[in-house]
Amino acid sequence: MAKATFLEAIRQAQYEEMTRDERVFIMGEDIICNVFGTTTGFVDAFGTERVRDTPISENGFIGAAGGAAMVGMRPIVDATISSFLYPAMDQIMSIIAKSRYIYGGQARLPLVIRSCLFYGNSNAAQHSDRNYSMFMNVPGLKIMVPSNAHDMKGMLKAAVRDDDPVLCFEDSTCWMSKAELPDDPDFLIPLGKGDIKREGSDVSIIAIGGAVPLALKAANDLAAEGISAEVVDPRSLVPLDKELILRSVRKTGRAITVDPAHQTCSAGSEIAAIIAERAFDALRGPVLRIATADTHLPFSPAIEKALYPSPERIVAAARKLVGVRQPENA
Amino acid sequence: MTDGQNDRSLEKYRRMQRIRQFEDLAEAIHAQGEIPGSLHTYAGQEASGVGACMALDDTDYMVGTHRSHGHPIAKGAKLRPLMAELLGKATGICKGKGGSMHLSDFSVGSLGETSIVGSGVPVAAGAALGSKLQGNGRVALCFFGDGATNEGAFHEGMNLAAVWALPAIFVCENNGYAVSTPASATVPVKDVAERARAYGMPSIIVDGQDVDAVEAAVAEAVGRARTGGGPTLVETKTYRYADHAVNMGRVLLDRGGEVDEWRKRDPLALYRAKLIAGGTAAALLDAIEREVADEVADALQFARDSAWPEQAEAFDDVFVDRLPIPDFITA
Ligand SMILES: Cc1ncc(C[n+]2csc(CCOP(=O)(O)OP(=O)(O)O)c2C)c(N)n1
Repeated sequence: MAKATFLEAIRQAQYEEMTRDERVFIMGEDIICNVFGTTTGFVDAFGTERVRDTPISENGFIGAAGGAAMVGMRPIVDATISSFLYPAMDQIMSIIAKSRYIYGGQARLPLVIRSCLFYGNSNAAQHSDRNYSMFMNVPGLKIMVPSNAHDMKGMLKAAVRDDDPVLCFEDSTCWMSKAELPDDPDFLIPLGKGDIKREGSDVSIIAIGGAVPLALKAANDLAAEGISAEVVDPRSLVPLDKELILRSVRKTGRAITVDPAHQTCSAGSEIAAIIAERAFDALRGPVLRIATADTHLPFSPAIEKALYPSPERIVAAARKLVGVRQPENA
Repeated sequence: MTDGQNDRSLEKYRRMQRIRQFEDLAEAIHAQGEIPGSLHTYAGQEASGVGACMALDDTDYMVGTHRSHGHPIAKGAKLRPLMAELLGKATGICKGKGGSMHLSDFSVGSLGETSIVGSGVPVAAGAALGSKLQGNGRVALCFFGDGATNEGAFHEGMNLAAVWALPAIFVCENNGYAVSTPASATVPVKDVAERARAYGMPSIIVDGQDVDAVEAAVAEAVGRARTGGGPTLVETKTYRYADHAVNMGRVLLDRGGEVDEWRKRDPLALYRAKLIAGGTAAALLDAIEREVADEVADALQFARDSAWPEQAEAFDDVFVDRLPIPDFITA
């Protein structure tokens, strides 16, 4: 075991799975030149049949991944930035999500579509999407949004072995964060299993992707004021570990969701609804949502950052819910 | 050379100089952190943009790409709002919302510089449809790269323009690469121009380093479009000197001596030599270069002196009316 970055975790997961199973192959734009560092050494190890540069044609090659999967391959598609999933929306929504169902279970689509959430860096609205919640609105797609390198590795390996289509969203604000990466070739974290990232008793902060580190920072700040926050990381949104979330909320009696997506119809909104439906009796206040403001992301750094969730916004929400407390010794 | 022709030639030279000098300065200040985000430069392709736009009228439409600095300058846009946009200032052409990949000046007919590859092609077809329905005689020109011609949007837009005989000109600026990928690896025909045949559309291949040749080719296409002859695909064979984007760390593409070879056919140097050979005084061209340097410096000063957008402006222009501003912003 050694410490490595989130990007390195992606590389290791892909490398190990391609080594283990020759049906696994990877394709996408500019993979061979290895823009983000997730395919270092792949051409030498696996050759250009299994490491394929595609034309810029997302609907074509993502749809082709669906076709290859139907005949027994296990493609990993690197769609780079998640905004580029839009040109492929037709194949993802009409074919990949629905084929198994409409053909009465005859089709099997074991494929992984990877893309990063590339926001907060002045690349304007067309390149700054955090769009997993949009895909949650269609059944048939599994969706993972890990928040650290350890989870990334275990979940991506599980996704490659999963027999259903998985959308893997990689929060670019986590890219350089490091964690210990197990080198057990069968280190797997099943999709649908959330994780408590910090225990607490006063408020549950359910955070997604890049919001998890923000929530942990906020929890630290809150601890200094005597508020004990529990940070819950669902890790995968479909399937969603509802029991873990509900257990935490029943313990603390308070819930805040933190989601880098736009607020309306966000994953955080869905989680808030689940809590309101199933743990209403335990709640000591409203479920609060912290998300990105419902506007496009501007280029200008002067006005972009304030639109996203921040530790300050989480702290303020927690104070409001818990009521301002004095430190024990004050 | 008559004076009129001379003015026109000098204007082409001036616009190419504007693009080159604007980007040289932009690259320098990007390196110092003054321009946020990414920067995709156009250096090497100036004759393609300027030649094509000079074949258009001021009121004609134009749609571009992520490599967005050259197109609006070629179409005649003023430099101050473009530079202010690069810095993210409120006086920017897109009020600081768009940045480097979206320098679009509607006042000169530029209907968008879009950074989703291929997404501009249907827009140009639509603008041409609008012109046709309005009977206003305007044409719509669309720039895109070789890589974009693999997108579904390209084929769908081309097909519509062809079946409806729309007054559109599709200009493929074929610089040989998409990020790191050579066109030969992704385009199964020798020339992108061949793709026009699938749509029964005429096509022209032109030397993209020769501004006059590009202008002539596009003028032919414009003439056909304006007289009801439908769309044309023009392929300009050109080259970008820089990496795909400034600071795009890992794309250490080894192009061998290719860049140096292409620099020998630098569009600005070629045109300067041609004008001098045709009798234009070198001093006149020097003067243009100095004027442009002043213009670019003035644009930067303007951009630096401009204010940042106010936070509330993030909620402007999603719709025609400003969106409600959430509490956490106003608090
Ligand atoms: C739909 C989509 N896919 C991928 C990208 C990433 N991308 C940006 S520019 C580019 C290459 C474009 O190549 P080309 O069309 O030849 O234009 P050039 O950059 O050479 O001017 C790619 C792949 C994108 N912006 N949009």
